[in-house]
Amino acid sequence: MIINGVMIDETFAEAFPMKATRVIITAQNSRWAMISAQAMTGFATSVIGCGCEAGIERELTPFETPDGRPGVSVMIFATSRKALAKQLESRAGQCVLTSPTSAIYAGIEDGVPLPLGKSLRYFGDGFQISKKLDGKRYWRIPVMDGEFLAEETTGMKEAVGGGNFLILAESQPQALAACDAAIEIMRKVPNVILPFPGGVVGSGSKVGSKYKSLSASTNDPFCPTLKGKTKSALGPEIESVMEIVIDGLFESAINEAMRMGIEAVCKLGTGNGVRRITAGNYGGKLGPYHFHLREIMA
Amino acid sequence: MSILTFTLRKRPDQRVDMSPLVHNKLAGMPVEEIRTLTLRLGKRRVEVDELFDVHGDPGDRFIIRNSSNKLDYIGREQESGAITVEGDAGAYLGMRMKGGKITVIGSAGIFAACEMQDGDLEIKGNAGDFLGGALPGNKQGMKGGTVLVKGNVGQRAGDHMRRGIILVEGSAGDYCGSRMTAGTIAVMGDTGRYLGYAMKRGTLLLWKQPNVPPTFNDCGSHTLTFLSLFFASMRNSDSKFSDPVAVFNRVRRYGGDMSSSGRGEILVKIG
Repeated sequence: MIINGVMIDETFAEAFPMKATRVIITAQNSRWAMISAQAMTGFATSVIGCGCEAGIERELTPFETPDGRPGVSVMIFATSRKALAKQLESRAGQCVLTSPTSAIYAGIEDGVPLPLGKSLRYFGDGFQISKKLDGKRYWRIPVMDGEFLAEETTGMKEAVGGGNFLILAESQPQALAACDAAIEIMRKVPNVILPFPGGVVGSGSKVGSKYKSLSASTNDPFCPTLKGKTKSALGPEIESVMEIVIDGLFESAINEAMRMGIEAVCKLGTGNGVRRITAGNYGGKLGPYHFHLREIMA
Repeated sequence: MSILTFTLRKRPDQRVDMSPLVHNKLAGMPVEEIRTLTLRLGKRRVEVDELFDVHGDPGDRFIIRNSSNKLDYIGREQESGAITVEGDAGAYLGMRMKGGKITVIGSAGIFAACEMQDGDLEIKGNAGDFLGGALPGNKQGMKGGTVLVKGNVGQRAGDHMRRGIILVEGSAGDYCGSRMTAGTIAVMGDTGRYLGYAMKRGTLLLWKQPNVPPTFNDCGSHTLTFLSLFFASMRNSDSKFSDPVAVFNRVRRYGGDMSSSGRGEILVKIG
C-alpha cells in the first residue's frame, strides 16, 4: 500500500491489556491546571521504567469541569490495579496536591473505584472535611494556599496500551516535522494519550539486551547509524526513524488515533522526506491486540 | 403514571399515625384492601376508609388531599416513590425515610425528616422544631438525603445531624445545627440564638451575618471551591438555591463549637 508516495508496510502494532484511570485537574486558570497536569504526567513514558504511562488527554473549558474552573483531563495506565492505585496516589499527592489552587476529580464515574481523596485526606491531619454532594463524596483538605478539594475515588477501566507506528524519513528534521503533524491531529482524538515526550519516541526499544540487567535495549534494526553493522530494516534513503505510541481506553480509540496520525504523515508525502510507515510488534505472540496498518488505512 | 389519592374526609379530632401508607408497604395491594388497612387514631384503631376517600391505582405516586397537621408519620421509612401532601403535615414527616420524594404543599410539624436516611423532602411552608433531628435519646439525626424548606424552620434544626443537606429559604430558630456531627445546613434568612450549639463537625452556610457564639473562632475570609460544587448540586431543585444569583464562593469562616470538638464551621456569605 502506498499513500502519497509513502509506503505502508504490511505489518501490525501489537498492544497489551492495561488498567487505566482518568482524573480531572482544575485550577484558578488554565495555565496552572496545565502545570499541575504536566507535573502529574511527568516521568511516565513507559511502564517498564516508570511504573505507569500517563499523559494529558485534553484541556477542559470551565463548562466541562465539576467546579466551573479551567481544567485538564489526565489519563494514567498501568499493568495492574495495585500498580495503578499506587501511581495515582503518589502522583496526585506529590504533583496535584502541591500545585497551587488545584483540585482533583474523577474522570471515570463507573468502573472499579480507586482511592483519590480517600488517601489524600490524611494530609489534612484531622482538619479535613468530607462533603457528599450529588451522591459523590469530596474531601476538603486545608492547605497553605487555601483549601484543596479532591473527589473520594475515581474509576478504573480495562484499557489497551502500546498501539504504535514508526515514521521513516530521509532526515531527522523531516521525521520530526511528520511527527508534529501527526501529534497535532492525534491529540484531538478522545480517550487516548501519547505518553512519550511530546508524544514522540526518539529511541524505540526492542525486547532484551546483551547486558543481563537490561530488559530492553535500542531497536538496532531501526537505528539508521547501524545500517551497515546490524540486520537493518532500513533502506539506504532512511536517515531517521521516530515512533508514536498510543494508549487508549478502547481498541477503537487507538485505531482512530493511528488512522488520523498516519493520514497526517502521509499528507506530507515523499516531497517532505517521509518514505515509509511501519509498526512495532513481537511476532503477535505477546499482545492480544493487533492493529494492522493496511486495514486501518483501507 | 398511576396515582393513588387519599382524600381526608374531615379533620380528625385525634392524631393519626400514617406510617402504614407508604409505597413499600402497599406495593401490589388492591385498593379495596388498602381501604381496610388499620390506622391508629389517638388510642383507637380505625380503617383507612373511615378517614379517607381512597381512589386511583396504587403506583409510584400517592397524593394526600385535604391534609391536616394531625396526620403524623407521613412517609415513615419510605423506600421509593413519591408522596404529595396537599395541605399541612403533622409530626415526624418522612421519619427515617430511605428514598423517593415527599412534597408538602403546606407546613410540617415537629421532627420532620428526623433520622432520615436518603431521598428528597420538600416543604413549601414552614417546618417545626427538630427538623432533621434525632428522636429524644437517640444520638444520630438525619443521615442522608436533602430537605428543602421554603418557609421558616423552628428550633434545633439539624440536631445531632450526621449527614445530608438541609436547605432553608426562610429563617431558622434558636439552636440551629445543635450537636451536629456532620452534614450541611444552608439558611438564607436569619438565624436565632445559640447557633451551632455543641456542634462537633458539619457546615452551617448562611446568607446573613449571624450572632456568632463566643465559642466559635473567626478563621477569616476565604474563597472555597467546594461551594461551586454545592451550588451545582442544587441546579435542578425548584428553589432559590438553584438561582444563579444565589451562588457565591466567598465566605467568612468561623470554626467551632470550641466547647465541643470544634471541627464544625459557620460559613457566612461575603458581599
